[in-house]
Amino acid sequence: MARNGLMIDYEYCTGCHSCEIACKQEHNYPVGRGGIHLSEIITERPDKSLRIDYLPFPTQYCNLCLPRTTRGEKPACVKHCQAATMYFGSLAELAKLMEARPHSALFTPI
Amino acid sequence: MIERGSGSRHIAGRAGEPDSLKGDPMADTDGGVQIHKMGAWSAGPGCHGGCGVKVYVKDGKLIKVEGDEDHPYLQGRACPRVLAMPQYVNHPDRLQHPLKRVGERGEGKWQRISWDEALELCEHRLREIRDKYGAESVVFGQGTGRDAGGFIIFLAYAYGSPNWTLFGLSGISCFTPRLAAMHSVTGDFTFPDAAQFSPQRYEDPEWVAPKVMVSWARHLAGSHCTDHYFSGHWVVDMMKRGTKLIVIDPVCSWEASRAEIWLQLRPGTDGALALGMLNVIIGEGLYDKAFVEKWTHGFDKLAERARDYPLEKVEAITWVPAEKIAKAARMYATSKPAAMRFGQPLDSNSEATATIHALNCLWALTGNIDVPGGNVITRPPFGVTIYPYSTEEVIQLYGEEFVSNLTKKRIGADRYPMVKNFRAWALSDVVLEQMETGNPYPIKGLWCQTNNFLANTAQDPKRHYEAVRKLEFNVVVDTFMTPTAQAIADIVLPAGSFPEKDSVFTTGVPLNAIRKVISVGECRSDWEINFELAKRLNPEAVPWKNTRELFTQRLKASGLTFEELSERPWAMAPKNHPSGTVPYRRHEKGQLRADRKPGFRTPSGKVELYCTTYESWGLDPLPYHREPIEGPISTPEVYKEYPLILITGRRSGVFFHSEHRQIPWLREIEPHPTVELHPETAKSLDINEGDWVWIEGVRGKVKRRAKLTPVIHRQMAHALHGWWLPETDGTAPNFYGVWDLNVNQLIPMGKQSTSGFGGAPNKTMLCRIYKV
Repeated sequence: MARNGLMIDYEYCTGCHSCEIACKQEHNYPVGRGGIHLSEIITERPDKSLRIDYLPFPTQYCNLCLPRTTRGEKPACVKHCQAATMYFGSLAELAKLMEARPHSALFTPI
Repeated sequence: MIERGSGSRHIAGRAGEPDSLKGDPMADTDGGVQIHKMGAWSAGPGCHGGCGVKVYVKDGKLIKVEGDEDHPYLQGRACPRVLAMPQYVNHPDRLQHPLKRVGERGEGKWQRISWDEALELCEHRLREIRDKYGAESVVFGQGTGRDAGGFIIFLAYAYGSPNWTLFGLSGISCFTPRLAAMHSVTGDFTFPDAAQFSPQRYEDPEWVAPKVMVSWARHLAGSHCTDHYFSGHWVVDMMKRGTKLIVIDPVCSWEASRAEIWLQLRPGTDGALALGMLNVIIGEGLYDKAFVEKWTHGFDKLAERARDYPLEKVEAITWVPAEKIAKAARMYATSKPAAMRFGQPLDSNSEATATIHALNCLWALTGNIDVPGGNVITRPPFGVTIYPYSTEEVIQLYGEEFVSNLTKKRIGADRYPMVKNFRAWALSDVVLEQMETGNPYPIKGLWCQTNNFLANTAQDPKRHYEAVRKLEFNVVVDTFMTPTAQAIADIVLPAGSFPEKDSVFTTGVPLNAIRKVISVGECRSDWEINFELAKRLNPEAVPWKNTRELFTQRLKASGLTFEELSERPWAMAPKNHPSGTVPYRRHEKGQLRADRKPGFRTPSGKVELYCTTYESWGLDPLPYHREPIEGPISTPEVYKEYPLILITGRRSGVFFHSEHRQIPWLREIEPHPTVELHPETAKSLDINEGDWVWIEGVRGKVKRRAKLTPVIHRQMAHALHGWWLPETDGTAPNFYGVWDLNVNQLIPMGKQSTSGFGGAPNKTMLCRIYKV
């Protein structure tokens, strides 16, 4: 069976935290634990303007929502992402999507 | 789990066909879990969005909330606050029973009483005040959230008081100034077109993506879906479809960091900036000449006013380089269609309704009204209203004679023409004044619902505390014990969150039903509480058997009963619906005016660049800029001592105003009450990340923890509003830490705009910051 992963098109991630809370709700994780950790990365462009990036990182507590995806549902974070900028699928499918996305990252948490 | 019954049938594209959509919303699924579809409106997320959710219930308990992928508003997406609903609904600190104060106010001594006793007490005390002083002596104050104010104006009017207000917020400076200005200039409200009126959304063949979206004083990352009529992330949907951004904001927001052009203006100077842009667009002939000729009134006079704002002058006022302003104006005017969204900071401009008038002129001059991808006229779905946003809607619900009679004693209506003539608020600043002076009549009681003014809503909260604690009878209705309830309430009534209540959402599209599927303790919905009390106080005003009957009557124009809407559970009016609630180009088709003639719902039938309605109210009929009450230009001597401009009130994605500080998953994300500073500013003040600092203004000081971030301007500071610490002592004098943290103590009341609406100076006060 093809290995699955999470792809983040972080051009559009707004840092809204829906992924983190969706994960906590799905798995009933307590404070201090979560399957997604959102990072903020602020960098200066050569013209001194700022680029703000957010990146949801799947932690060791991410199981890619196996029970959900087995039922044919999206992982909780992917479904609820307000910017609709998280993708779940096989690595081959995700890699193909990445070809047209200049700022993207692929994660294989399991 | 498999959804059955209603689930798969709530498919987009069936608008206006209620009978074909019968389902079984109570369908059981395996594992004993029931899934209920409904709209999500506060309490819970705390918002005015229109999203649809699936509520998972097991053994009578809410176990999960997910987005509803068949709902057109967010297509299954959801905000953090909706997703944290299990922690909100099942929180051990939820108020679950009516409480009666048995100690002194603020002592924290409460006795559990029955609903019968609570309503009896409220009825008795309110009748007593009405008999002795008149119904106008009780103020009915709302905040925002929890269906907002539909049930509060309902109770106030049943009781006979004209004094329905957004208690504490100076100039009612949130949304109402926008509504009043747009309504006066255009006859309607307009919002950016994200195809929200079509069940097909972005696939609707009539819709096109705006070429440019102007995000003016509006953070996407904070507004999420908390906004009225428009959801923040629709901007991202549009960016993916090619929309470019112009961002106008003192803070470098995420959108600013993705924008083609970002104008970093000085807070409170939006009016000057808009007039500078108008000057460029008019001077360079970039406006839509055909639209201006046929559909606008007073172009020459506006052109003359705009000439008072040459770019070098505007640069000096706004701190934005002239060439950048020109570039933004040109890009906006020459990209068609273009849309513009703007936020609460404009309601806080010194002359808010003049500033918003200027923005109206921008989208009118460029012909971006009611066209696909522009700013579209927005009316409640099917013409159904549950919470009135305009004078028309208030009259629709309560009748012209009744409303005009109440206006005679409505606080502030005699002094402020816009307060008298638009919507039906009592003006917060004058309410406070009258509580203190008793003139022209005394105030004896406060019904405070969805409002935590001690921590959040009010400017100068201590002044409010002193005024309200002297009243004879105060009731607070809320979901948690708050600083406000602890400090001033005689009776506290427990309100239900959204899955605990029946309600209807009519703020924008679609029309949503909210349905009671769980119970928590003895909590009741705000509607139910006010319905029962209104019935006791004035049975004639409440001819319905229950709230569902009331909702069905109010839903009449949709052709749906409450039960029918619940089964869908949302509906959108079809195109060309006679209510005129669906775009586009309704002014050409005669769908906007009562007389069905082409044109806009204004006296001239045109968009009034020169606003005859303002003129008839004695207001300047043209837009203008007035400096903030404090600042480098208006108070240079204060500026020397207090060199930072303090911005407050940024929306948080995880908190709604003062809510959610006790929700563990949400608090974890923003654990500390912070003040944000540029790292270089902090360095010059010897302040490090996480240090406790004082924010001091001329009116006082509060404590915050420093958060260093380069998104803040070097000459500014930003403090999130609404902070209190539910984990600390709630009794007097601590009141959960509000006096330490509430930044509104630096902000005065009584500085409202000339029109009455707008002007709460919560983005523009001066401060200095130093280590504790």
